[in-house]
Amino acid sequence: MAYLELNNIYKTYGEGENSTEVLSNINLTMEEGEFVAIVGFTGSGKTTLVNLINGLLQPTSGEVLFKGVPVTDTSHERGVIFQNYSLLPWLTVGQNVYMAVKEAFPKESKKVLMERVKEYVGMVNLSPAINKRPKELSGGMRQRVAVARALAMNPEMIIMDEPLGALDALTRGNLQDEILNIWSQDKRTALLITNDVDEGIYMADRIIPLKPGPNATLGPEFKIDIERPRDKTAMNDNPEYKKTRNAIIEYLMDIGDERKTISEVEYKLPELTPKSFVA
Amino acid sequence: MEQEMVLKNENSLFSSLKQMLLKLTPSIKKDGIIKSLKNTGITFLSILLFIGLWQMGSKALYNKEADYRIEKALTERGEEAAVAERVCIESGDSSCQPNTLPSPSQVWASLKSLVADHQVIRADKAAFAEKMAVTNEKMISQGKDPIVYTGRASFVDIVLTSIKTVFAGFLLAMFIAVPIGIIIGLSPSLRSAFNWFIQIFKPVSPVVWYLLVFMIVKTLYIGDSSDNAFVISFISVGLCAMWATLVNTAMGVASVDKDYINVAKVLKLGTFQKVFKVILPSSLPLIFTGLRITLSVAWMVLIAIELLAQSQGLGLFVWEEFQNGANDSNSKIIVAMFVIGIIGFLLDRLMLAVQNMVSFNKNEMA
Ligand SMILES: Nc1ncnc2c1ncn2[C@@H]1O[C@H](COP(=O)(O)OP(=O)(O)OP(=O)(O)O)[C@@H](O)[C@H]1O
Ligand SMILES: [Mg+2]
Repeated sequence: MAYLELNNIYKTYGEGENSTEVLSNINLTMEEGEFVAIVGFTGSGKTTLVNLINGLLQPTSGEVLFKGVPVTDTSHERGVIFQNYSLLPWLTVGQNVYMAVKEAFPKESKKVLMERVKEYVGMVNLSPAINKRPKELSGGMRQRVAVARALAMNPEMIIMDEPLGALDALTRGNLQDEILNIWSQDKRTALLITNDVDEGIYMADRIIPLKPGPNATLGPEFKIDIERPRDKTAMNDNPEYKKTRNAIIEYLMDIGDERKTISEVEYKLPELTPKSFVA
Repeated sequence: MEQEMVLKNENSLFSSLKQMLLKLTPSIKKDGIIKSLKNTGITFLSILLFIGLWQMGSKALYNKEADYRIEKALTERGEEAAVAERVCIESGDSSCQPNTLPSPSQVWASLKSLVADHQVIRADKAAFAEKMAVTNEKMISQGKDPIVYTGRASFVDIVLTSIKTVFAGFLLAMFIAVPIGIIIGLSPSLRSAFNWFIQIFKPVSPVVWYLLVFMIVKTLYIGDSSDNAFVISFISVGLCAMWATLVNTAMGVASVDKDYINVAKVLKLGTFQKVFKVILPSSLPLIFTGLRITLSVAWMVLIAIELLAQSQGLGLFVWEEFQNGANDSNSKIIVAMFVIGIIGFLLDRLMLAVQNMVSFNKNEMA
């Protein structure tokens, strides 16, 4: 039995005439401890897919099985890092994390929980900012808080929706390493949504492209057989890396072109002759 | 050529002086001071302009009425009467003064007389309390009600009554509108069930609210001789002003950012936690905007309602002065107008400060 299983998932938004089928025929299996990345164009339905897995959305048809049990609701076993951080702006960094920890470990004493908050805030190097509000933080710092909040709940599986999408390349690299570090410590299962192929290759065991929608579906998977811990600079010379990277990019380019031709609708202009109002 | 040189020298001298000045006063501070000086200057000028226009207007009205009186005396009672009337008006005798828009100085005089009056009444009260102290002690020990001062209320007492009424009404509005708003906001079906109710009662005028409250309170107070004007007026004020808070609260609760709701779901917060830790904090800014509107509406309708309810506040004061028609009545009415305006402004500032305190995204509110 696979750890996570998506069987023939379809997801439609809206009803009747103005309904759109965003996801079509999605099939995916993940084993425990695996790190899978899904790459896709913007608007292709990545967030929708993530919300189906974490239980915020229900598929229109098909089923999501987590450890063999259908997902009908959110669960503390699956931690989520949202695309837009989703920190509560009226709480400080510490309070944001504390709120999550308190829900995840309702029986622990306040002291133990506070220790845990401090530990995870420290882990993402935000100890000096623990009493600041999200508004006072930079985008990268907010993202770290979101990471700390998700991890502090100690989920079995961690689902990340473009967690580093809004960051600059340097910060991105640092946070990638931090996430990998935390993941490798006790080999949680991880699903990473990204729009950056290099990020996927650096972090994941498998990369699966999401063909852009409407009717988005998963493409063929690409295995990354590069030993961990991976080294970014050394990887650039790795023939395996080059090959996989080129293959994925070629595939994405192809479907990108396909998408372009599909969307090239010809607009017929109405025939109008300018009228002269002066005469 | 030479001239140019001199000019240049002057320029450089000027700029170096300027730089020295800039170094002495940090530029931000300097800009701030200049700006605030300019602003107060403009405000001051506009106040002067306002008073000037007012003075001119009241003068013109005064002349018009005076002319009319003289004319009337002439046609009705002949030459002599007209001359007598003119002399009387010019002498400033209060018996024949034109009764029109008072001038700024008259209003100022009225304000001073109202304050003086207040001091007299306060002294009266103190004397009364002293005189009755022994008697009242005896009465209390005998289990009877003490004798209280029942003389005229001073202008300050009147203002305080009004403020008390408005706050009581505001609190009532808050305690009714916020909880109901939250409940309505949480449930779309309740929202549509209540919608007609809100839409119909929101535009009802203060006068009608007063009548409604009067009908009910009068019956409830049957057989009770105590004064229920205060109760009636604060309830009417509250009911009349609560709608903004009700609508804003419901809207704030109903339109909480989907991201926050998702967080609540992923963390698996219970209903109670979800409402108090996520939904309420995120709708606080809107709730407070509503409360601010409620307070200003409450203050605005208060005058009309006090008048109707015969509650010893500014509304009744204004009305009584108008009915009274004494010489300084008009200027007292204008004093009351300014007091009403200034207190309304201060109340609004107070609410704005509270609103800024609770809002987590201060930059967006401004
Ligand atoms: N609640 C909704 N109702 C209707 N349509 C929706 C809803 N949420 C998303 N969509 C549509 O579904 C499609 C996919 O949206 P989704 O947010 O999943 O894309 P995405 O891949 O996450 O994009 P991005 O990379 O920009 O985050 C979009 O066309 C969007 O307009
Ligand atoms: Mg997305």
